[in-house]
Amino acid sequence: MSARDLAEAVRSGARSARSVLEEHLDSIAAREPEIHAFNVVLADEARTAADEVDRRVAAGEDPGPLAGVPVAVKDNMCTRGIPTTCSSRILEGWIPPYDATVVDRLAAAGAILVGKTNLDEFAMGSSTENSAFGVTRNPLDTTKVPGGSSGGSAAAVAAGFVPLSLGSDTGGSIRQPAALCGVVGVKPTYGAVSRYGLVAFASSLDQIGPFARTVSDAALLLEVIAGHDPLDSTSIPEPPADLTSVLDQGVEGMRIGIIEELSGDGLEGIAGDVRARLAEAAAALEAAGATVETTSVPSTVYGLSAYYVIAPAEASSNLARYDGVRFGLRVDAPTSGDMHSATRTAGFGDEVKRRIMLGTYALSAGYYDAYYGKSQKVRTLIVEDFARAYGRYDLLLSPTSPTTAFSLGEKTADPMTMYLTDVCTIPSNLAGHPSMSVPFGVGDDGMPVGVQVLAPAMGESAMFRAAAVLEAAAPPGAAS
Amino acid sequence: MTERITPGDVAHVADLARLSLTDDELEAFTVQLADILDHAADLDALDLTDVEPTAHPLPLVNVFRADVIGPTSDRDEVLAAAPSVEEAQFKVPPVLGEGQ
Repeated sequence: MSARDLAEAVRSGARSARSVLEEHLDSIAAREPEIHAFNVVLADEARTAADEVDRRVAAGEDPGPLAGVPVAVKDNMCTRGIPTTCSSRILEGWIPPYDATVVDRLAAAGAILVGKTNLDEFAMGSSTENSAFGVTRNPLDTTKVPGGSSGGSAAAVAAGFVPLSLGSDTGGSIRQPAALCGVVGVKPTYGAVSRYGLVAFASSLDQIGPFARTVSDAALLLEVIAGHDPLDSTSIPEPPADLTSVLDQGVEGMRIGIIEELSGDGLEGIAGDVRARLAEAAAALEAAGATVETTSVPSTVYGLSAYYVIAPAEASSNLARYDGVRFGLRVDAPTSGDMHSATRTAGFGDEVKRRIMLGTYALSAGYYDAYYGKSQKVRTLIVEDFARAYGRYDLLLSPTSPTTAFSLGEKTADPMTMYLTDVCTIPSNLAGHPSMSVPFGVGDDGMPVGVQVLAPAMGESAMFRAAAVLEAAAPPGAAS
Repeated sequence: MTERITPGDVAHVADLARLSLTDDELEAFTVQLADILDHAADLDALDLTDVEPTAHPLPLVNVFRADVIGPTSDRDEVLAAAPSVEEAQFKVPPVLGEGQ
């Protein structure tokens, strides 16, 4: 049942929020030990919240557009009174004294928070294998990764644990796991969703967005969480787009460009089955009345290199706050300096250390211009190339991930191999643009393939219209 | 782009970032960081002479609010999250060790 139908059933009194919740808790109990999508399942808190929704319905009140819908939230979003770990040991014992704005908005919409989901530590990774609390497995094949870093949120939706979840996307961390798990994942325009209470990784790139099993449900969740927030100074003041009302408007007359550099011809590593599904997706859009052609957005190929300087540089600064003084882990030592080092050395995992050191190096005297300065200029080229492309096209298209889900352990030995899985998703983050992954059939291994729809800033309406067309035309998905 | 990163460079940035590395870690991280920085060398192919840097996707301006006191975090609740406190202050080990 879709989130929309569940909310409608609860609002009308046809179903109780409690019964909806118990059904989902049962499915969690059945498969969570195998999948490990969650860092914590909040069954008691969820039951209390569901009973409150039922009480409000009985009293004739409207609990909101997500009334009684179970949701999961990535464990890098603050929840008052509930541990928020970022899947890192360094936040051990920390209980946030406030809720992230998105968590507030979910509650205000009547949604039921059932758990916090696993992630690559501090959202740094593409497979959810960097978690201090163990890996999350792909529900469609438990020998495969779910993608990352929001692998727990993607797996929770794919496994049927919840119809909706939230992730965060800094370089593809919503879209890539969505593609690998066969669900819809959206990275909204930078600033469309408040980052207040999202633990910072790379602040100029981070954005919260929805996972759902359908395009329509993703639209519903995005409408609930989007909109201006005075607590986030980078929050866009304009009202968010109405997505639900445009979902059935189709793509007749739209101009859509397939990004040549990210779809095979100009780039090594896009698998043949992924390229085949992309071609079929393009044909489906054409059949629906859009004009689709291949186009060059040349600097997008440089996005990966620029990103793996810019994101670590911002992270090295953001993660300086974990020093054992104000919250989380402290490893005692005779002096403060030694305590900082002992705490950070014990608290951070290897990938986080790698990125902190990379960022520190890229920002250090003598190397700043060669790495950070240069990468920021490349960011400008990417913004300009996208601007030119959107002068000619309403939307752009690419694969979401170069391959279907890879095996657990396959890419952990070589960080650069892992980073390459983000090549198609990174350019949107550097430009601050929205993009989303829509499931479109399966690869040769029977695992899901995702097609990425890219739009200019604030272009979510057109993006969702195309996504709805792709969803309707998609070949059968993976059998779970 | 520049000379390859050395174990000495990695030890230096680890120290700046307050991370302690074992000898094995230093060796492994040096190889991995060099690989990542080598990949970034593909940016050398671009002519960036007259290109302005972009630090942020939005044209950021100062955001002001009315100078009115709103809800703030409860002090005791914030302090309760700290590993060590004394008299409403965060408590840390001595900043200077013996002989410093």
